[in-house]
Parts: sequence; structure tokens; C-alpha cells
Amino acid sequence: MYEAINTISVWAIPAIIVFIPLYAYFKKVPVYESFVDGAKDGFNTAISIIPHLVGMMVAISVFRASGAMELLVNLIRPLVEAVGIPGEVLPLGILRPITGAGSLAFTTDLIQTHGPDSMIGRIASTVQGSTDTTLYVLTVYFGAVGIRNSRYALKVGLISDVVGFLAAVFICLIVFG
Amino acid sequence: MVNLIWLFFIVFGFVVAVFTGRVEAVTEAAFEGAKTGVTVCFGLISILVFWLGMMRIAEDGGLLNKLAVLLRPAVRFLFPDVPKDHPALGYILSNMSANILGLGNAATPMGIKAMKELQKLNPDPTTATPAMCTLLAINTASITIIPTTIIAIRMNFESANPAEIVGTTLMATAISTTAAILVDRWFRHRTFSRPKREG
Repeated sequence: MYEAINTISVWAIPAIIVFIPLYAYFKKVPVYESFVDGAKDGFNTAISIIPHLVGMMVAISVFRASGAMELLVNLIRPLVEAVGIPGEVLPLGILRPITGAGSLAFTTDLIQTHGPDSMIGRIASTVQGSTDTTLYVLTVYFGAVGIRNSRYALKVGLISDVVGFLAAVFICLIVFG
Repeated sequence: MVNLIWLFFIVFGFVVAVFTGRVEAVTEAAFEGAKTGVTVCFGLISILVFWLGMMRIAEDGGLLNKLAVLLRPAVRFLFPDVPKDHPALGYILSNMSANILGLGNAATPMGIKAMKELQKLNPDPTTATPAMCTLLAINTASITIIPTTIIAIRMNFESANPAEIVGTTLMATAISTTAAILVDRWFRHRTFSRPKREG
């Protein structure tokens, strides 16, 4: 099973990269011109995201460096430990929707401290792999098209993050327990 | 909502910094954060340029339409208000497929492209449409089969079985995706199915 998944993950991207232009070429598409045309879009998009990302990263950095993040975690900690969630993984649950790089750093730290095959290491791995950085996705996707009123999108994202976090923790406790 | 969270991070962060005596660290962190934002965007340039170039070839070659036809039933169910042959569906499908395969780098440009196509159907370009919210919901919770980065980190720290979290990740994402779709439907219903006569 692992071998199969490993093979897929190694071959998926090269296969796509070869298949797409080859297929288009046989459909008489001027492939190189098409590529350059689409690629220009990519450059403009990346540039247009900068203000959004800078704004969000500044706020998160301030929140973390001030000790506010710590404070928040300490407040919630007794509550989560009461239902059987190891307190160590809680900051990860809070960080995950906010910052992808930050939560990856935190996961790496947990794996290093407790070991990859410890319960905390497994939970951290599963949480990191399970949910996405909701705030980042929202900022980038809506920022790229200029949406300012995101309606209920953030609420839906955060609710599914909570569900994903709890699911990851309890599935690990059951599977590896 | 984003306005409030953003303001909360900065104001509450500053207040805490005053009490913890970390005002200087906060100043430094603010500029460091700005730098990270730009660095991440510059990192995105190469990936976006490459994948959007590839995706344009796929689009011109008719591949996206093919994919859209194939997976139409699922997407019809999730995006009932996008016209049947709209190019947005093709991008939504590629975005979903990339996410499922754990190709996060490939998923982002396609998601952005899908958003741009959905924006063409949007009567008010500054307000998100229900379809946009659904796309976002599926993205934030997306089903993952191969969490590549995590497996790599576990290998680094000499795990006896680096891939053992594949199963738990798949289960957790299946649950969170189901939750995202249900919650999205609930909000969509609540927001849009009220009688419109009063307005």
C-alpha cells in the first residue's frame, strides 16, 4: 500500500507535465505560445497577492511575538485536556487555520521533541496533513479576484477546521491507542 | 469578519506586549512578518507562472472540458448555480483533483483560476457568491490521500513507519470535508432562501 502511494506521488507530477503538452500538441494547439500566454497570468496574480499576504503575516507575527498566542492557549488548555486531548497539540489546532508555515514549524517541533512515533507526534502529523490554512486560502483566493465581503466563507472554513482537528485527534487515539 | 480578526490580532497583540514587556519584539515581528509575506509571494511566482502556463495548454487543448464532463455529477451537486458548460467547472475539478493527490502547489493556481472564472458570473464583484464560498470550503477541508510534506518530515526524524499517518489523515479529511459541505449548505440555505419580496 505504502509502495503504491509512494509510486503515485513520485510519478503524478511528471506524468501530468508530459501528458498535457503532448495531448494539446496532437489537438493542434501551439503549445509554447499557449504556455507563455497562461504563464503571464501567473506572474500578475502572484504580484497582486502581495498586499494581502503582507497584511496578514504582520498581524500574525505581532500576535505571536507579543505572547498573546501563548495566553490564548493557556486559557483553553484545561478545557481540552478534560476531554482527553493532549494539551501539547492544542496550539497546533489554533495555528493550523492561521498559518501554514507556522503550524508546520510547530509540528516539526512536536515531532522532534516527542518523536515521530509517539502519540503526540502522530496526532501532530495527522492534524498538519488534514486541514488547510483557511486564512491563507481565503486571503489568496478572494484577494486574487478582489472579493472584500467574504460572506459566511470564513465561518464554514473555521468550523470544518475544528471538526478536522477533533477528528484527527480522536482517530489517532483510537487507531494508535 | 476578516477585518475584525485582523484588527484583533494587532490590537490585542499590542496590549499583551505592553504587559509582557515585549513591545520591541513586536515591532521587530511586524517587519519580519511583512518580509515573510513578500518572500512567500515571490516563492509563489515560479509555481504560479509554471502551473498557469501548463493549465492554459490544458485549457486550449480541451483537456479541462473533458475532465469537467467526466466528473460533472459530483460538481453539479456541489455547484448547482454554475452553468453546465462554464469553464469554471473545469478549473474547480482540476483544483479538487490536485488537492486530493496532495499536490498543494498545483491546487492553488487552479483554485485562483476557478475563482476568476466564478467572478465572471458574479453580479457584485466585491461580494463572494455561494459558489465561491463552496469552493473555498472544499479547499480548506480538502480530502488528502498523500500528505507528502509530513511524510518527509517523519522520515527525517527516523520514524519506524513514516506513512502510517496516511490512513488517519484520509479518515480525518473525509470527515472534515463532509462537515464543510454540510455547513456550507446550511449557511447557503440560510442566507439565500429567504423570501426576496421584503427587500
